[in-house]
Amino acid sequence: MNLSGGLIRSSLARKYWMALTGLFLCSFLVVHLIGNLPLLTGNKEMFNSYAHFMTTFPLIKIVSYLLYISILLHSVDGLLLARSNKAARETRYVKYNGKANASWSSRNMAILGTLTLVFLIIHMKSFWYEMHFGNIPTYMSGDGDELKDLYSITVAAFQQPWYAVFYVISMMGLGFHLWHGVSSSFQTLGINHAKYTPIIEMLGKAFSVIISIAFASIPVYLLLS
Amino acid sequence: MNFTINVWRQNGPKEKGGIATYKVSNISDDMSFLEMIDVLNEQLIIQDIDPVVFDHDCREGICGMCSMFINGEAHGPGRGVTTCQLHMREFKDGDTITIEPFRAKAFPVIKDLMVDRGSFDRIIQAGGYVSVNTSGNLPDANATPIEKQDADAAFDSATCIGCGACVATCKNASAMLFTSAKVSQLSLLPQGKIEASERVMNMVKQMDLEGFGNCTNTGACEVECPKGISIENIARMNREYLSASITSK
Ligand code: HEM
Ligand code: SF4
Ligand code: FES
Repeated sequence: MNLSGGLIRSSLARKYWMALTGLFLCSFLVVHLIGNLPLLTGNKEMFNSYAHFMTTFPLIKIVSYLLYISILLHSVDGLLLARSNKAARETRYVKYNGKANASWSSRNMAILGTLTLVFLIIHMKSFWYEMHFGNIPTYMSGDGDELKDLYSITVAAFQQPWYAVFYVISMMGLGFHLWHGVSSSFQTLGINHAKYTPIIEMLGKAFSVIISIAFASIPVYLLLS
Repeated sequence: MNFTINVWRQNGPKEKGGIATYKVSNISDDMSFLEMIDVLNEQLIIQDIDPVVFDHDCREGICGMCSMFINGEAHGPGRGVTTCQLHMREFKDGDTITIEPFRAKAFPVIKDLMVDRGSFDRIIQAGGYVSVNTSGNLPDANATPIEKQDADAAFDSATCIGCGACVATCKNASAMLFTSAKVSQLSLLPQGKIEASERVMNMVKQMDLEGFGNCTNTGACEVECPKGISIENIARMNREYLSASITSK
């Protein structure tokens, strides 16, 4: 198998990895969103046992390593691609009318991705790091499990207005990233068909709007309640 | 019609270039863009200024030579046209028009608006052909049945004139539309299927070596392509390359 040339280093291969990791991250977003819904219903017990389950169940542990690798690969590959794309045009145009032929989000994937990366780092420091290595107060649940009270930490964090605003802006960035990204990944993997591509594009855009608004609604709700 | 022309002047590949401003007047709205440049150049010659160097040949949209980046778009504001097919009536009297060469690391400027698109030729040399004997007893061309859909699609891909507008337009200076059209026009047909895996591997390898950018699927290329080559070709190449690199030894 022509690994180094064909499936790792070539320009096409690097896009296959972007698409595969990107789609995997999309599937994670869905799981993550469902897990967070108890924040909207104020169900502290459900949220904390979900967090407990996610950090301790062995199978989830394996998937979580896949997730860390995907974020790393997607970010590093994405930024390297952006760098080589810049290098492919040494002299800039004096006048370049980008909006004449391509959508805004498709032209700004690297900036939107970087915004998402900054968000991810801050987000993981606040919750993932605290959950794994921080000192979160614990209590005994009804089922006799010792649970970390991530719920109260989360609610407290989102009641700081700047933090909630930062979340909403980041989710808009992610939304635009996916507005182009979801259908783009199908094209990258070679899936383009006169009958199905318009449907894929529509579903991709719907996904990006639903995901970003749903995530953004959590801090807004907690801030206002 | 009267225009102010901002045009890129660069004496040679290694020289520093810059924008020069000229005025042209009495331009008919029926003139093609190249004819307007001809008028400008005659005026420059009279004034003892070097005329603006630009590529052109057929002046009817088939050779692909007339590379110009006009007001921020490859071949200017028209759709489905090359620069030679662009008419001055697309502009308003008194407009300022900015003209630059097609810009990509793989398209170095030779002089003014003229660029070297030899990188495209080298991509073709890497695999854009079918190896068949062309002498002796050839089978009848119609003896091999080809599905109408495939014949049409191959023909559509084959209308690419290698102008480079896709590269010039792409924010990443990617040559995916060109390369995928050249891959598709052959791989869709029975004669081309035989070498399809090798072809796509070699052509993509050469494309990367030439220093073109990667594809972000913005779709700008298919909008600006004078021949309406679709990014379906890019998806086909992505598909073929994926299966070729998994199955090749
Ligand atoms: C939850 C987070 C994220 C998701 C779900 C996601 C999803 C996607 C998807 C589906 C694509 C389309 C792939 C393709 O065109 O084939 C994409 C492209 C891209 N992503 Fe992300 N992404 C995320 C985070 C990031 C981060 C943190 C970065 C870091 C800088 C990033 C940078 C990029 C870039 C630069 C591209 C465009 C690559 C190209 O087409 O040239 N993304 N993303
Ligand atoms: S694909 Fe279109 S824009 Fe690109 S070289 Fe061919 S004809 Fe020109
Ligand atoms: S001069 Fe031949 S296509 Fe324009």
